[in-house]
Amino acid sequence: MKEVKVLGSGCANCKATAALIEEVAAAEGIAIQLDKVEDVAAIMGYGVMSTPGVVVDGRVVHAGGVPERAAVRQWLCS
Amino acid sequence: MFDWFASLIVYQWLGLTPASAGGAALHFFVMDVAKIFTLLVVVVYVMGLLRAMLSPERVRDYVRGRPKWLARTLAILLGAVTPFCSCSSVPLFIGFVEAGIPLGVTFSFLIASPMINEVAAVILVGILGWRLAALYVGAGLLVAWVGGVAMEQFRPERWVERYVWQIRMGETPAVPVDRSFAGRHRFAWHEVREIVGRIWKWVLAGIALGALFHGYVPQAWVVRHLGGHDNWLAVPMAVLVGVPLYSNATGVIPLAEAMLGKGVAIGTTLALMMSIAALSLPEMLILRKVIRWPALALYAAILSVAFTLVGWGFNLLT
Repeated sequence: MKEVKVLGSGCANCKATAALIEEVAAAEGIAIQLDKVEDVAAIMGYGVMSTPGVVVDGRVVHAGGVPERAAVRQWLCS
Repeated sequence: MFDWFASLIVYQWLGLTPASAGGAALHFFVMDVAKIFTLLVVVVYVMGLLRAMLSPERVRDYVRGRPKWLARTLAILLGAVTPFCSCSSVPLFIGFVEAGIPLGVTFSFLIASPMINEVAAVILVGILGWRLAALYVGAGLLVAWVGGVAMEQFRPERWVERYVWQIRMGETPAVPVDRSFAGRHRFAWHEVREIVGRIWKWVLAGIALGALFHGYVPQAWVVRHLGGHDNWLAVPMAVLVGVPLYSNATGVIPLAEAMLGKGVAIGTTLALMMSIAALSLPEMLILRKVIRWPALALYAAILSVAFTLVGWGFNLLT
């Protein structure tokens, strides 16, 4: 199971990102564990300044803005 | 072209006359919606294609460890070309502090960033011409420089929330990018949807306000109260009106267009634009998470004074 974290302090884009990831995971039938990281110190710990960021299995794959659907699919399927 | 399009819709199809207030306002509205949104989509798309948008992480890497004058210059110039969302200003502030970038330089960046961006600059040229665009950008850069230096004199470090100093940032990760043309196109189109989706409300509100001003505010009244170069109070009033109002830098352009068209003095218009774009309550509330009220009050006060001086300066020169 993939561990996915959405980094963001609860802004609209962060919610949209989390929703998008859940949607893609459901559509592709992939089991994921999705967590939202809202604590600024924890977000910065990943070296991310522009939110929302996305972490898949401990690796930062995206920072700044809602990701593209195709990119999300690629993270989850690879 | 946009003028023709708006005339066709408003005067021919809807049968309004240019002489009526409603007709003039609606014509302004239709023309600016068509023109500004076209420009917005084209500019953001081209920027996205070139991958010209800088991330705050990159800015931080460029600025850190430089001598202060160079750090400030870079921070302001990079702030002017990064369209950053105010929701990022907290991590950005902390990231700068953590990198050892002086607070005054960080403030310079925070001032420049919402006020100037390349998208707004291109639209300014398209709507108001080169001269005004250059004046706005030049004045904005100057205010960012002076504002940051002024903040520094008050030792703002004492107002930074304590937890900010304790955060340790991880290594900035290298996020892979697709550099093929298809990848660039996808990214650019995504940027258009993201940025236009975020700011269209501000732009539409700005156009609506501009249209009302254009159609309904009598020119004689404007010239008497806002046009005279000897009317000193108009500039600080414009700044005060702009502080509680918020729009993004693109949204203030149609309002400025309508004001200038009616004969409002250039300095007064610039002061209002800057005050609306750079000073906003929502951003203050976000920054409150990292700095305490005295610093925010000082920030607002310094910027208000700077905008007033800019306004007076341009009114004197023109």
